[in-house]
Formats: sequence, C-alpha cells, structure tokens
Amino acid sequence: MAEAAACGGRMLEVRIWRGRDDGAFVSYEVPARANQTVLDVVTWVQRHLEPTLAYRFACRVGVCGSCAMTVNGRPRWTCRTHVGRLAGDGPLAIEPLRNLPRIRDLVCDLEPFFTRWQRAGGRFVATSTRRDPLPRIAPDSEARRAVDAGIECINCAVCHAACDVVAWRPEYLGPAPLNRAWTLVNDIRHGAREETLDRVRGDAGCHACHSQMSCSEFCPVGIAPTAAIAGLKRASLRHLLGRRDE
Amino acid sequence: MKEGVLFLLQRATALLLAPLVLAHLALVLYATQGGLSAAEILARTRGSLLWGGFYGLFVLAVAIHGAIGLRAILAEWTGLRGRTLEGITLAVALLLLVLGLRAVRAVVGAP
Repeated sequence: MAEAAACGGRMLEVRIWRGRDDGAFVSYEVPARANQTVLDVVTWVQRHLEPTLAYRFACRVGVCGSCAMTVNGRPRWTCRTHVGRLAGDGPLAIEPLRNLPRIRDLVCDLEPFFTRWQRAGGRFVATSTRRDPLPRIAPDSEARRAVDAGIECINCAVCHAACDVVAWRPEYLGPAPLNRAWTLVNDIRHGAREETLDRVRGDAGCHACHSQMSCSEFCPVGIAPTAAIAGLKRASLRHLLGRRDE
Repeated sequence: MKEGVLFLLQRATALLLAPLVLAHLALVLYATQGGLSAAEILARTRGSLLWGGFYGLFVLAVAIHGAIGLRAILAEWTGLRGRTLEGITLAVALLLLVLGLRAVRAVVGAP
C-alpha cells in the first residue's frame, strides 16, 4: 500500500481493548507512517481490519474532547497524541478511559461524569436578561483571573480518568466538575454562587481531594483543576469561619 | 458542611502538631543524650503544669488528627461509609485520647 511505503513498509504493533469489562486486548498490525496520531491508528484498524471496533471521535483536532482514551496506561486525547512521540518502541496499548463504565471496546459511558457537573452546581444561573446592560468585570481582578484559569475546559474526562481519588471514592465529584464550580463561584453574573459552593463543600466534594495533581498533569488544555479545588477549599474554610463569627 | 469542619480540624491540628512534634523530638534527644534517669525525668515533670499542658495538647491534637486521617484512608481503601465509618473514627479518636491522657497522667500526675 502506498501509505505504508511512506515509512518503508514498517508495521506498527497495536493492542486494542475489545469487549466490555471482561474483554481483552487484541493485537493488530498497522502501517507506520511518518506522522500519525493514535486516533489515526484506531481509525485505520476500524476501516481496514475490524469494522465492528467501537470508538468515539468528532473533530480530530483537539476541540471537541470526545476521543480521549487510555494510551499506554495514560489518559490522553488520541487525536493530539502522535505515535512517534510516545516513549518506548513497545506495542501501542489503547484502552477506554479509566473510572467510567465501559460500553464496548474503546467507548465509555460518560453519564456519571456529566451527572457530577450537575451535582457540583455547574449550571449557570442567569441574573440578568439580554436587555440589561452587560456587567463590568475588571479583566485583572482576582475573581476574573480565577475564572480565566479554568474556563477552557472542554469536558473530555481525561482528568476524571487520571484521578486516583475518583477511583477510590466513586462518589467524589472529581476535578472537572469542581473546576467548573470554581469558575462559577468566581463569576459575579452567576446567580447561585452560594448554592454552588454549598454543593461542593459536602461529602466527597472539594475536601476529598488529596492534591495529587494527576488532573493537572494530564489535562490536555493545561488547566490546573488542583488549583481550582484548592480555591474551593479556601472559600469553604472562609465560609465556615465566617458563619462561626456571626 | 461536616467535611468542611473535619478539614478545618485536620489542618488546625496539623499546624499545632508541627512544632509540638519537633519540640518532643528535641526533648527526647536532650533527655536521653544528657543521661537523665527515669527518676530524674519524673522529678521534673511531676506536678508541672507546663509539661501537663504540652503533652495534654499534643494528645488531643493527635487523637483528632490521626482519627480524621484514618477515616479518609478507610473510606478510600475499604469502601466503608456512614455509621460504620464514623463509629470507627470516633472509637479510634477516643482510644488515642484515653491512652494518651493515661500516659500524660503517669508522667505528670502524683506517684
């Protein structure tokens, strides 16, 4: 095949998880190219070798957040992970994300992840309409900068899969929902800041985080949910001490 | 809410314990390196409000800090939740408190 010839006909050994929880890795040989992503590899297997292989993707360019998988034991966006840049020359191992129920092959059920966003009070509550003047928020204010630091999350669930506390304590809200809550707590336009803070201060909320920072390490956008969670812990403490003073 | 209170207690006792542990270690080194006998040590600690207060506070902080830490480990490693978890946490806190206070009484109290 002409494509394979691009890399001298070299083949890549790939192990892909097939089935559900009781599934297994299946090995495939994929033509190596000079420039290919893990998503390219999975797509090649699905188009040429295994038409029943289930996996998710949409944009292929790191915008949609739907192609996250576990690649060689680490959660990643497969569309932004170049095979050539992965350490080691061993076989590529591709599995579904950790900490989520598996549906089939590389596809997880993300419902538990999105349910947490709701539980963490992640829904914006408007306080004005389009007919009201826009609120003025100083770009360099502390609150605005806190929002800026976390606002680019695209809900890919890489942090959720990376977090050990999520694995150990299944009811823990997790990094992304807490990061979202922190952006809302700092958003003066949000009409339920108190409620959002109340929701993340409860059992298995922000205080369950051990600051292991896997979320910050693996976030493909470079967000540091650990910092957001630390902010929530501080806000929670202030709230607690404030109430005691009254 | 409760988690917030436990978090606060955990952090506050950690703040207390850091200097207390250092002072305790320094004291142990001083007392043993200096060749003080048990009787000489007891002669200094008995009836001492300072040492009674120091180790009483130490024991209280340890009981709170240790129990809360163990609670988190139990919740994550054994999956314990609810009353069982709270019961064990409280039992550990009380055990540490009673054992610790007995030791303090032995060192500070009258013979």
